[in-house]
Amino acid sequence: MWKFFHRLASPPHFYRLAAVFAPWFALPALVLIAYGVYAGLFLAPMDYQQGDAFRIIYVHVPSAYLSIMAYMIMAISGGIGLIWRMKLAHAVAAAAAPLGAAFTFLALVTGSIWGRPMWGTWWEWGDPRLTSELILLFLYFGYMALRGAIDDTAKADKASAVLALVGVVNVVIVHYSVEWWSSLHQGQTLLKEGGPAMDPGMLYPLLAMILGFTFLFGSLLLRRVRTEVLFRERRTRWVREMILSPEGS
Amino acid sequence: MSDSGPQIPGIFSGLWATARRDLLLAWKRPGDVLNPLFFFAMVCTLFPLAIGPSPEQLEFIGPGVLWVAALLSTLLSLNSLFLGDFEDGSLDQLLVSPQPLPVLALGKTLAHWLTSGLPLVLVSPILAVTYRMPASVVPVMMLTLLLGTISLSLLGSIGAALTVGLHRGTALLSLLILPLAMPVLLLGANTVSLAAGNDIYTTGVWALGAYAIASLSLAPYATAAALRISNE
Amino acid sequence: MENLAMGNYGVYVWSCFGLTLAVIVFSDWRARLRHKRVYREIEVRIKALEERQ
Repeated sequence: MWKFFHRLASPPHFYRLAAVFAPWFALPALVLIAYGVYAGLFLAPMDYQQGDAFRIIYVHVPSAYLSIMAYMIMAISGGIGLIWRMKLAHAVAAAAAPLGAAFTFLALVTGSIWGRPMWGTWWEWGDPRLTSELILLFLYFGYMALRGAIDDTAKADKASAVLALVGVVNVVIVHYSVEWWSSLHQGQTLLKEGGPAMDPGMLYPLLAMILGFTFLFGSLLLRRVRTEVLFRERRTRWVREMILSPEGS
Repeated sequence: MSDSGPQIPGIFSGLWATARRDLLLAWKRPGDVLNPLFFFAMVCTLFPLAIGPSPEQLEFIGPGVLWVAALLSTLLSLNSLFLGDFEDGSLDQLLVSPQPLPVLALGKTLAHWLTSGLPLVLVSPILAVTYRMPASVVPVMMLTLLLGTISLSLLGSIGAALTVGLHRGTALLSLLILPLAMPVLLLGANTVSLAAGNDIYTTGVWALGAYAIASLSLAPYATAAALRISNE
Repeated sequence: MENLAMGNYGVYVWSCFGLTLAVIVFSDWRARLRHKRVYREIEVRIKALEERQ
């Protein structure tokens, strides 16, 4: 078992394996998302309060969930890189940041579009989830700005790992403080927490979408980590040999 | 060195030595302490000028404005926290010192708070009065600012350590610290607003206190790690 | 056709799904492009080194 992880963590092995594994993430992602989109848009019953507008949930919730998961992956792999000096972990953290920011952006914009017919405004500060999501987007911006400002890759890796770990503690505090704050101001939420249980016809497509987005994220991340590894290892012998070998790629 | 007692040799004297050195430096250059205070006062002046002198409105936005101004002025002074030591090489001395680095970092942060956070807390009642804050609310505001600026100095020291020696440091530092500081601002300003509205505000005070204690025990380690990384 | 109109919310629902697709496709396209560029840069440098020897 340990040996397997050691081999996986070595850049040339990872570079080859990632190319093999990426389709195994992409395929289930495609199937699950295709089912989720179709069932979510056409089969799931209408929400009795929100009408067909509730169908935005099928892209909003998976994006919001991935925005948090990407931050966790970024922070945990940054921590692994910091503690065990594992180069691959830093590459994962570097690749996860722009993806996480993209899904945070999606969660924000879809939430805002959803809010338009529900609240009559494009932005409602009273919604704790949207506000937390906005702060999360700023955290991603800070992380990527710090990475961009440091030229030395090794230094950028470690410094941004420290920032991501501090940020993870902050994400939790942001969640609770924003929740408290919006309860003071009678905030409104799009998703009723602890409300009546969701109809299975609504729930299954949502679960399929969440799972499908997770696989999708995996395949997108693998591709980005691969590029990151190639770039970081550009002066090593295995990259030279791979490029000079007849089959290439 | 009165407190370098025999039972804990070194640690507190190291903390005190770094703090005292920065305090002496601040004493020699009072502008470094006064400029953020002037900035604080000026930001508070901007709002009545921008939105008009209506007393009800000013009373309503007062807590928020004071807190935003305090946050911005703390941010302004953070950039120089490690910059001087980085430029004249004394930061390298701190890094090789036998004292634990988190303690030294805490010493520097303590000096920063004493020269930026504490004066801010002391000056804030004057500005609060111009915003028609009731006298009963002023102590609550001072307490939240006291606890909040401790957290802000500690959080800021992490950012300052991460960005020390980088070009475009100031803008980057703000970008890193502001999202981290948002919960402190939210808790602080809303607690004062609750107090002004005669509501129960203790939750916010406890939360701010918990935040200050948590950052007091965790931030120095992050700052120390960041200093080592920045100076490799 | 009535299904596609989504009550009166068609614009909102379809723009959300469309935007999500667009962002994912764009991000993946950028990632593929970057991979190709990185690969080509390394290839050019290594081939140039090889010819000099």
